[in-house]
Amino acid sequence: MAKGLDIKDVNIYYGAFKAVEDVNLTINPRSVTAFIGPSGCGKSTVLRTLNRMHEVIPGGRVEGTISLDGQDLYAADVDPVAVRRTVGMVFQRPNPFPTMTIFDNVVAGLRLNGIKDKTQLQEAAERSLQGANLWNEVKDRLNKPGAGLSGGQQQRLCIARAIAVEPKVLLMDEPCSALDPISTLAIEDLIEQLKADYTIVIVTHNMQQAARVSDRTAFFNLKATGQPGRLVEVGPTRTIFEQPVQEATEAYVSGRFG
Amino acid sequence: MDDRGRSTGRRADRLFSFASQGAGVTVLVLVTLVCVFLVSQAIPALARNEASFLTSREWTVGGDAPRFGILELLWTTTAASVIAMLVAVPVGVCVALFITEYAPQWLRRPAGNLVDLLAAVPSIVYGLWGLIVFRPIVRPIEDWLSSRLSWLPIFEPTGITGGTIFFIGFVLAIMILPIVTAISREVFAQTPTTHKEGALALGATKWEMIHTAVLPFGKPGVISAAMLALGRALGETIAVTFIVSTLAVGSDWTWSLFNGGETFASRIANNAAEFDSPQKTGAFIAAGLVLFILTFVVNAIARVVIERRKAFTE
Repeated sequence: MAKGLDIKDVNIYYGAFKAVEDVNLTINPRSVTAFIGPSGCGKSTVLRTLNRMHEVIPGGRVEGTISLDGQDLYAADVDPVAVRRTVGMVFQRPNPFPTMTIFDNVVAGLRLNGIKDKTQLQEAAERSLQGANLWNEVKDRLNKPGAGLSGGQQQRLCIARAIAVEPKVLLMDEPCSALDPISTLAIEDLIEQLKADYTIVIVTHNMQQAARVSDRTAFFNLKATGQPGRLVEVGPTRTIFEQPVQEATEAYVSGRFG
Repeated sequence: MDDRGRSTGRRADRLFSFASQGAGVTVLVLVTLVCVFLVSQAIPALARNEASFLTSREWTVGGDAPRFGILELLWTTTAASVIAMLVAVPVGVCVALFITEYAPQWLRRPAGNLVDLLAAVPSIVYGLWGLIVFRPIVRPIEDWLSSRLSWLPIFEPTGITGGTIFFIGFVLAIMILPIVTAISREVFAQTPTTHKEGALALGATKWEMIHTAVLPFGKPGVISAAMLALGRALGETIAVTFIVSTLAVGSDWTWSLFNGGETFASRIANNAAEFDSPQKTGAFIAAGLVLFILTFVVNAIARVVIERRKAFTE
């Protein structure tokens, strides 16, 4: 079952450097939330704190609380590995494991969870590939290397891999920025379908994309160069694009800066 | 030859193209000449050999009826090298993984540089160290194995306590460890962050991430490192010449790793004084030729292993 996220008073650091400050944000279950903003404003950083991938970078740490349906993801007794099994992620560049077949890529997460049963894996692979709109294109070559697919197919393979473990939330960090327009459209259609089952957070540089796929939009910005990024405004996507409250948001969505 | 995309002929281009082609051709010619030389020198000696070259242990290369065979040399060389690989490759890979994945950030660069430096030190230095330090450590292992597993022919006790094949294997392992570690570290460090993050984002633990992303990415590199190291181990001469307990002429043959024995390289080095007639020299060259072929076959197998997985690399 999809779950919502609550981000409260969050500050994010890289070592001594404060990258993002004072973020308060609620992410609704079974909806798409888009993070937009100029480069370096911290939107990807905030995204990465939602599954504790931020901690993979040396010196990365978080203040404040981020909770998934009331469960604090940063509580002392919570294992970051367990968080990442609940909150899946798709990256900017498609990153299927190059030494694995298409099939092995899809079930990689299940195998990490200790599932070995062949039929169970096969069912999960088919279900996930169907879910990622990739099944018809690859069903006859599941034993071929995943790296042999086109960029767009690779990205859908990565989405299939992420949803195979049935996460509660799916994070997408500029999932279309390395793809051509047709592949982008395929991913956007997929996001539309996936939100029936998953809570989706997507970082994008493409404002039309945010407008097309998201229900709510959060606009991040820097106060000034060298200052931490912050959340300027969040609201229903329509409102953010048509009647934003903040002037900076208005300027950004209308293309006057950024 | 495909001429598309070739230089239109500016002088520097032509010069460089000529120089690199020349260098390439020279290498091929050299290898061919070495082969032809080895074979042509070995054949007359082999033709006069009255013992079976592959299955005999005799080594009387002078006189009208020379009798020589490489059984002992082949067994000692391969057995000692295999032991060296079994010890050095896992240890080297673990050290490389520690440096690239587990060591604190501040330690990674200096440790990496140190390993590169160690790999550049001539291996005889480690050989001497291993010889002195490892003798008392390896002895109990040999005793334990030969008391528990003596029913296996390779662990049969022989009474030889000096330079056994087993001990040579350990010294060789010490000698090749730095090169295995240095190359493995290099390839592990190049694992793309996207692959590692992909694994972590699926909920992989550190070890699972290494298993899913780092090791598969580094595997061809580790195989290359192992082959390079194996080449060194097979051909290592001086250290082995120091250590080996040469078997007495006419002693009983056993497959035991606790036996003494000479390797190709040590036999050739120990007997350099005998190269006084084409026939004697030819016998040693025949032995050298087997070492040449052995190295070649091992490398070819490694190539095949790497090539077969090629579709699965970026």
